[in-house]
Amino acid sequence: MEYFLIFIAAIFVNNIVLSQFLGICPFLGVSKKIDTALGMSAAVTFVLVLATVVTYLLQKLLILWHVEFLQTILFILVIAALVQMIEIILKKVSPSLYQALGVFLPLITTNCCILGVAIIVADPAQLMQKLPGGGVLIPNLLTGTLYAFATAIGFALALILFAGIREQLALAKVPEAMKGTPIALLTAGLLAMAFMGFSGVV
Amino acid sequence: MSNGMKTLTNGILKENPTFALVLGMCPTLATTTSAINGMSMGLATLFVLVCSNVVISLLKNLIPDKVRIPAFIVVIATFVTLVQLLMQAYLPAIYDVLGLFIPLIVVNCIVLGRAEAFAAKNSVGLSALDGIGMGLGFTLSLTVIGAIRELLGTGAIFGLSVYSDHYASLIFVLAPGAFICLAYLMAVMNKIVKK
Amino acid sequence: MLLSLVTICVVAAAALAGIYSLTEGQIKKQQKEKQQQAILKVLPDGAEIAEPETVDGLTVYRATLNGEFAGAAIEVSEMGFGGEQKIIVGFDQEGKIFNYEVLAHQETPGLGDKIVFWFKNAEKPGQNIIGRQATGKFEVSKDKPAEPENSVDAITAATISSRAFLKAINKAFAAFTDGAVEAHSGASKQVESDKEETEVNNE
Repeated sequence: MEYFLIFIAAIFVNNIVLSQFLGICPFLGVSKKIDTALGMSAAVTFVLVLATVVTYLLQKLLILWHVEFLQTILFILVIAALVQMIEIILKKVSPSLYQALGVFLPLITTNCCILGVAIIVADPAQLMQKLPGGGVLIPNLLTGTLYAFATAIGFALALILFAGIREQLALAKVPEAMKGTPIALLTAGLLAMAFMGFSGVV
Repeated sequence: MSNGMKTLTNGILKENPTFALVLGMCPTLATTTSAINGMSMGLATLFVLVCSNVVISLLKNLIPDKVRIPAFIVVIATFVTLVQLLMQAYLPAIYDVLGLFIPLIVVNCIVLGRAEAFAAKNSVGLSALDGIGMGLGFTLSLTVIGAIRELLGTGAIFGLSVYSDHYASLIFVLAPGAFICLAYLMAVMNKIVKK
Repeated sequence: MLLSLVTICVVAAAALAGIYSLTEGQIKKQQKEKQQQAILKVLPDGAEIAEPETVDGLTVYRATLNGEFAGAAIEVSEMGFGGEQKIIVGFDQEGKIFNYEVLAHQETPGLGDKIVFWFKNAEKPGQNIIGRQATGKFEVSKDKPAEPENSVDAITAATISSRAFLKAINKAFAAFTDGAVEAHSGASKQVESDKEETEVNNE
């Protein structure tokens, strides 16, 4: 049951985009069409979970060698390398999947929700704060990975919802000055307000 | 000299990172709960931006083109960690507030963007000026957004009470307020620039 | 090509190692100072603070004033609205709340983050807990506790944060009665406090 709560908390209550403000760039950048939003979501989910597991294990090594201050450099390099690797493997193994996700992969390195979640999960104190259930769940690789996965779903939900709205918005009459990013931000604000309704559920 | 001035003011107005280039949205929305928080975040980014611009401009002939991006990222990450350590040591209160968003300066598109688009092609002096200009532009935007959110949300600016918080609407300090506030500011900027 | 990248990495790592060793002491000092100041704030002036010990899984700092037991500061954390609330509470020798400090929290700015000062507002007795006898059963007034002495007014529009805060205080008080008092004043008191607890349970 507590494991299920991780999902509720990360998807609805503390949505990564709408309440934590991570991953705003792709949220605004690739949300004009539902198709691209789906592709981006899939790519982010894939990389996010993988990167979290790798960086979690890496953090153990950093602590072992007492070089925690290299965290930022190492994590971002690992994420960049991982994205490259996934790109190469996908190209070889599944060209069709590569076709679908390929364009989004390079963008993911600088998606701050990947690095952000990696840093949160690597630090037990920070992960503890994100886990619901009043201390029943302890921060470890399992809960960390589940949290990363749930976060990715939350990202996907926000992105796809937003893309759906923006597709309709493209047909609406919008004041000249509000066109483009401002109206998108305003919409995101209303969406964030709707998600605020979930607060306190878990 | 006029070239230098142009580089400096470019980032503040014409190519303002927040309002014109729409880069670095995550910290812009997340850390502007008050004017002082926004300003601290802006200054931290300014520092990283100037340092990385200078170093990358110095190294531009030594780095092979193929490993350019990873090399830039390492340089940027180094300065980010530097800021992180210094803030933790000497400004722990601000570090606690900004928290996660300090290491995330690494993935702030402004920093890598300026390294790639400007510092890799220009002299050290100009790159430093560009870093200062862009950094100031970013700091200015964040401070303004922070101030407006703080004023509307808590009735104060920089912690100084302007009117009673009974009349303030808290939503502006919360997540939706960040989006809405930025949306209207951007619209106003669009209107001014278009004229 | 690879060589230059490796060189950059090594130089960067070396530079950071240097800065790290320079700032490490300062960072540790800051963190310790913050903790120390919080402990001092929640205990009577001039109290001598003993080495920390663990009671019920919580860290307890016992205080003595002129050689006599003067209370204890207890570190406690509880899941609030936005995340964990880390609080340090000071009790005097009778279990009255002397003061509290919020060490860390993730509550909503403008709402839940008022826990930092809300419960120590001497002008509003409904919400003030400073100087009140802790019972271990504090509840927000909205939840209608049976005894009026257990009722504390919650922060407006932040009931969940307030509930978590009071739960943390209750947890700290449980540790106080379990360990902090009895270990000092001898075994006879322990029996008493045990008795008290069974009585409480019987109610």
